[in-house]
Amino acid sequence: MLAFAIRRLVQAIGVMLVVALISFIMFRFVGDPVNQLVGVDTSPEDRAALREALGLNDPVLLQFGRFILRAAQLDFGISYQFKQPVAALIASRLPATLELSLVSAFFALAVGVPMGVFTGLYPRSWASRAFLAISLIGVSLPTFLIGILLIFLVSVNLGWLPSFGRGAVVDIGFGWTTGLLTTSGLQSLILPSITLGLFQMTLIMRLVRGEMLEVLRTDYIKFARARGLSRRAINFGHALKNTLVPVITITGLQVGSIIAFAIITETVFQWPGMGLMFLQAVQSVDIPIMAAYLLLIAFLFVTINFIVDLLYVAVDPRIRLGGARG
Amino acid sequence: MTPTLSVRNLRVEIPTRRGVLRAIDDLSFDIAPGEVLGMVGESGAGKSITGSAIIGLLEPPGRVAGGEIRLAGERIDHLPPERMRHVRGKRIGMIFQDPLTSLNPLYRIGEQLTETILTHEQLSGRAARDKAQRLLEEVGIPAAAERLSAYPHQFSGGMRQRVVIALALAADPQLVIADEPTTALDVSVQAQIIALLKRICADRGASVMLITHDMGVIAETADRVCVLYAGRLAEIGPVRDVVKHPQHPYTRGLMAAIPSLAGDPDEKLAQIPGSMPRLGAIPPGCAFNPRCDFAFDRCRAERPDAYPAGATQAACFLHDAKNPPPPEIAGRASEVGLGVTRAPAEVPQ
Repeated sequence: MLAFAIRRLVQAIGVMLVVALISFIMFRFVGDPVNQLVGVDTSPEDRAALREALGLNDPVLLQFGRFILRAAQLDFGISYQFKQPVAALIASRLPATLELSLVSAFFALAVGVPMGVFTGLYPRSWASRAFLAISLIGVSLPTFLIGILLIFLVSVNLGWLPSFGRGAVVDIGFGWTTGLLTTSGLQSLILPSITLGLFQMTLIMRLVRGEMLEVLRTDYIKFARARGLSRRAINFGHALKNTLVPVITITGLQVGSIIAFAIITETVFQWPGMGLMFLQAVQSVDIPIMAAYLLLIAFLFVTINFIVDLLYVAVDPRIRLGGARG
Repeated sequence: MTPTLSVRNLRVEIPTRRGVLRAIDDLSFDIAPGEVLGMVGESGAGKSITGSAIIGLLEPPGRVAGGEIRLAGERIDHLPPERMRHVRGKRIGMIFQDPLTSLNPLYRIGEQLTETILTHEQLSGRAARDKAQRLLEEVGIPAAAERLSAYPHQFSGGMRQRVVIALALAADPQLVIADEPTTALDVSVQAQIIALLKRICADRGASVMLITHDMGVIAETADRVCVLYAGRLAEIGPVRDVVKHPQHPYTRGLMAAIPSLAGDPDEKLAQIPGSMPRLGAIPPGCAFNPRCDFAFDRCRAERPDAYPAGATQAACFLHDAKNPPPPEIAGRASEVGLGVTRAPAEVPQ
């Protein structure tokens, strides 16, 4: 178990190094950092001095090493646009994105899994067909369209929920601002979460449904029935647990992509998160923010994958000893 | 004595787009307490469907469309699902073909056993665990106490089938339906599993319905044997008589087709010409008539009942004493040991 965890950890570090390299190349070679820092009227001598001071004349490998060392200490340089440390900028935007993403993921799971189980158990029922039809809409409509439709319907026509922003937030220490503690914060969270989570929800529902249909046909479910176990024990104990491995994988990957692709939802709802900041950074070629964002998203993906791998082992004993025996 | 299981005129239908198929048609048989009844027939003859119908687990849209199934005198084919659930496992145990896939891979053996025991018996967790351990010991799993916490993938195929047997017998059922219990196992393990199954059921006085296409297993294990053909009864009787003196032309063909180790290796195996009809294309009259050497006009028009034939019962007009077959047919049949027990000459014309 420990060897397994360490092996996966080493792989994760490898992935992070590759991403760091890409991020570094972007940082160093897309445009000249010196040009971004100085004004038009700076003399060539001053430029050369700054170049030397920034260490840009050192060997590339040394520069890369320094980049990694700094990144490990959460030092990603100064934003060209805001003239503030990137780490502080990200830290101030991170809570908004994480809260939105986690609430979306929770919504996707809490609604998607039960719907998937239901449609798997009663594939011919009316409700199942209705769920599937709705899920088709969720899968095929682009996120921004769903967001705009929701704003149009719920905010503009019905006037029930706010259409943009985060509402009132509370600082709970460590610079973490949360909207989960105020009414307006919670209200503001509903529409963006649904928008962001809808696609994942339908994906999870279809996945659970497919897996349930598959598992319910297996011999061990037949044998469980032949032993007279109750419907609940069979459906939720024996069947659902066997559908979980693929569901965990997909959910894990989806949490990563929810965070990464919150960009669109954040733009539609003017949500003050990292996605919105990234988009602004792209518009003004703010390379340090882009590089840091890239690293951060990669880090989240790798971390989530690592957790997913550990969860597998917790769910499926066959993975525990490095493969099944015949 | 009331038979443990009594099946009367069972009919199982499967509605399909192209009409209703009769998977089982007018099948009747009994299993006495403590008896082992072998069910044989080709693939698709309806052996497994009969088993599923008895335990109430027919795959939809298959359904029992007629007849009766009685367990110790009590009708069980019309029980509401929740009451039927208490019959399954508690009064009828079932063993499936493939031990590799019969056990849930995510639960320990002990969990699966205690779960089954607690479903049917009011026991404390401690007592259920003790019983689970006794069951594992009974089916011959060494170091049972430790193996309770092992997962299915940590057992070999033969050991897993032992666990499956322990699971099927966990609540002491009166009847065990074993559906090809050894087909997926190595030959060397098959005999052990069959011996175990027979011993453990004999110890408990449980009746067994043993479904297999392996006549060797039947000859070794069963008290009586029931031969199915195209969802209908062909012949039923004591295993010795059916194997040694089969009275239905199909059974005779089936026995002749079994290779024997003692026989001449160059000798060609006997074959029955043609193949079993699909359920949608069963010919009128006797289902076997197109492949039968002794078929005559009546066989193509009427369905035979089961007639007494020596020590067995055979669904064949050769054995209808009241309305015997034409002398030429009866003569040919009696030459190979088939037909009414009286000499053809004595049969009133």
